[in-house]
Amino acid sequence: MRTKYDAIVIGAGHNGLTNGAYLAKAGLNVLMLEQNDYIGGASVSLDMYKDWTYSNCSYVCSLLRPEVYRSLDLAKYGLQVVPYGGSVTLAENGDYIGNYVDPDVTRREIARHSHRDADASVRFDRDIMRQCRLIRKLLLRTPPDPTSFKPRDLSELLYMGKELMDLGEDVIYDTLRFYTMSISDFLDEYFESPLLKGSYAGSGIIGSALGVMSPGTAYILLHHAMGDVDGSMGAWGFARGGMGAVARAMNDCFTDHGGTTITGEGVAQIIVKKGKISGVAMKDGSEYYSDVVVSNMTFPRTFLECMDAGDLKPGFLKKVRNFKIRGSSGKVNIALDGLPDFVALRGNEQMIYGDMHLIDSIARLERAYDDWKNGTWSQDPYIDMLIPSLTDPTMAPPGKHFMSVFVQYVPPKIRGKDWTDEQVTQFGQTVIDQIEKYAPGFKDLILHMEVRTPRELDNDIGLTEGNIFHGELTLDQLAFNRPIPGYAQYRGPVKGLYMCGSSNPPGGGVMAAPGANAAREILRDLRKPNTVPEGWLDD
Amino acid sequence: MRTVNITNADHHKTAVYPSPFHSRQEQHNQLKEWSRWSDYLSVPAYWCESLEYFSGRNTCGVFDITPMVKHLVTGPDALPYLNRLMTRDVSKLKPGRVGYSVWCNDNGQVIDDGTIFHLREGIYRVCSQEHQIDWFLTSATGFDVNIVEDTHDVAGLALQGPTSCAVLREMGLADVESLTPFGLDYFDFEGVELMVSRTGFTGDLGYELWIDPDHAELLWDRLFEAGSTRGIRAMGSDALEMLRIEAGFILAGVEFLPAMEAVRPTHTRSPFELGLGWLVSFDKGVFNGRKALLEEKKNGSRYHLVKLDIDGNKPAKDAFVFTRNGKYAGTVTSAMWSPSAKASIALASLEAPHGEPGEELEVEIYYQRELRWSRVMEPCRVVRDVFWNPPRRRQTPPADF
Repeated sequence: MRTKYDAIVIGAGHNGLTNGAYLAKAGLNVLMLEQNDYIGGASVSLDMYKDWTYSNCSYVCSLLRPEVYRSLDLAKYGLQVVPYGGSVTLAENGDYIGNYVDPDVTRREIARHSHRDADASVRFDRDIMRQCRLIRKLLLRTPPDPTSFKPRDLSELLYMGKELMDLGEDVIYDTLRFYTMSISDFLDEYFESPLLKGSYAGSGIIGSALGVMSPGTAYILLHHAMGDVDGSMGAWGFARGGMGAVARAMNDCFTDHGGTTITGEGVAQIIVKKGKISGVAMKDGSEYYSDVVVSNMTFPRTFLECMDAGDLKPGFLKKVRNFKIRGSSGKVNIALDGLPDFVALRGNEQMIYGDMHLIDSIARLERAYDDWKNGTWSQDPYIDMLIPSLTDPTMAPPGKHFMSVFVQYVPPKIRGKDWTDEQVTQFGQTVIDQIEKYAPGFKDLILHMEVRTPRELDNDIGLTEGNIFHGELTLDQLAFNRPIPGYAQYRGPVKGLYMCGSSNPPGGGVMAAPGANAAREILRDLRKPNTVPEGWLDD
Repeated sequence: MRTVNITNADHHKTAVYPSPFHSRQEQHNQLKEWSRWSDYLSVPAYWCESLEYFSGRNTCGVFDITPMVKHLVTGPDALPYLNRLMTRDVSKLKPGRVGYSVWCNDNGQVIDDGTIFHLREGIYRVCSQEHQIDWFLTSATGFDVNIVEDTHDVAGLALQGPTSCAVLREMGLADVESLTPFGLDYFDFEGVELMVSRTGFTGDLGYELWIDPDHAELLWDRLFEAGSTRGIRAMGSDALEMLRIEAGFILAGVEFLPAMEAVRPTHTRSPFELGLGWLVSFDKGVFNGRKALLEEKKNGSRYHLVKLDIDGNKPAKDAFVFTRNGKYAGTVTSAMWSPSAKASIALASLEAPHGEPGEELEVEIYYQRELRWSRVMEPCRVVRDVFWNPPRRRQTPPADF
């Protein structure tokens, strides 16, 4: 007698695990399938070198919905998110601008670069906070279909409309502009210091294949600022034990509620029979059966790689192919023999505990993007790096360190051709050369290094083209447009097929919102009690 | 060094004294704010309350506990005396062990809570929040016992957090990892005796270090040297307050009114009413408050101190607690957003019969957003377990982190 599951989730990344956990909590018999030998997808920690633990892909935590954290008892299952203090942007000329834990210190630090900008940052923070308040209310809600006359869609549209109208005329105008502006133009409305603008601009392009001057990048800054750690908005922290700790806690919750996780088995195809989902066929030829299949894979991977084109409409498939999901970043994980000596930060050690960026200005960021357009990695890359082991004692032996280096821009292909191993090595070299300029002797500290280009991100964990957000975060692919209009409510084009990955609203990052929202829709369709919490309103 | 001398007539010239660790606290105190704890200056936050809090849950934090009131109890009748004074059975406390306890007045109302250190055979230290020498001597009638308060003769540091054991080992305290929870041991520190107990007020792995005040600064320095690669940080009282609420520990003057201070006699609490029935040993013979407590056990208590798990994310500070039907049930004593439990948590004193684990209640929370006040009735439930209770707290030998 073959087992039939109530639901099968494909991909044990954090959204798949979240989805499975809520379904299991509702009493469903859920099977979680993961092609890798390890769970977590991009929320993963692997021991690759001696006593070091890497956060191999995602490396910091802020977006994870606190409602999910709490309702899945992730603290009980061992997840601890520890905030780190501040950030710093290092310039080529040896200067820097720091964002300190103490607000008055930060204000004086900005004033050191521009007295006026120090005051303007009050206005800037206010406007960002207004947008945060607006979007945070929507994260755990299913976007309404603006073309639908269903009562649920209409009432949801009314809700969104009311939230917007409550802000008043000026803020509505600001909001509409904000979602379509470039980060460069947006920052110009507040600041004059090139270094300060450069320090903010990075958040507008991280994970995006757009430049700082491209429309739509202002929103991406918000996507990085709308999270919090313990209510401190915009703050980021480390998952203790690396980002894999997030997935481990979620999986423990999932299995505690009766879920089954199978690793090391990849799905070959989602099976459709008589226009309905009937299960999945595995690469080894075995099959698992269920009327409900939830894909945590990227939008293109789900439909272009794991489904028979004959089961789908050609018009739909064309839209899948048009989905913008372009890789733009790389990741270098480094085991260090000691603490790097950043010349600019001598005597200011507290800055090393936070986020360190290597960038000077908007112009330099745009030049880095030019290389990507030309089909190669930035020769003068933007770098966002952290040393988690300074905060988290579990990551490296005492006195030794793990360094996480996020790099942009890095294209999915080199001038239209696949990456070669040699090019991957060269890319890694470009990155450590860049850091060496700011921290002489850095290279001598390197004990081991893992270099990941979009090729590795795609091949190893299935991020199509290496896009870390499962698809570009621009307005044409956000909210009811994500992944494509008409499919923003987590339901696929075949009965019984659902989508819970970051290709779905509200988008990428270790947020768990798409997974939770999809679970709510599935439970609704199955007429099961809802286990997914409502968002907390900050009022 | 010893910084307080209460026998000096000039003491009035200084309202509050530096602690033996003051010079080092001053170096770390970036915010330059000081608070008072009894006779001493204390630090509310050195740099950032949140990051100091996390040192106690992620690496290790150092907190000055010198101001805690300390008594030395010696003499042939030390044990029978303590058994008369305390509600718990002190005879079970072997040399080298520490026990938490409360002591009551004749009516079974809690005077204070504290820790009893069985330092060496027949020699005890009793730590308390409030000054106790009057009651301790009153209770000593008929016992051949010597009781002195030696608060200012002993400097104390709490080292709390998951890397604390590794730091002490690094400092050269051989075999410190074999200390079990509530154990104590002695070590040589630069030629003087350092007492280390595996105790604390954070509900996590942690130790308290006790030394003569002349060696206080050196102890601080050695500790920070040893902890430099293990995330050691100075921790202020604001962070400690968060840690103790998560651990479910009660505080005199917050969860209960010390009976000796109670102008309104009905405002006090018995051990049972504080959830400390496990500290009351009726079968050990006579002790202060025994009769009244037996009576209470028979007739029932007036209050229950409970732990509340509250929906939403707004701290329920000073909130009233109601039944789901809107009937008054009690008040919150301590509340916070717990960064480790990732929940809104509270300790609350409820009127009997309320307070059974699992009971569904509501708290009335007032909160402000940009100068506008709002009110919300947040559902909550009484929970049995403490909010933070990691296995490493009990593990021996402890892991490095």
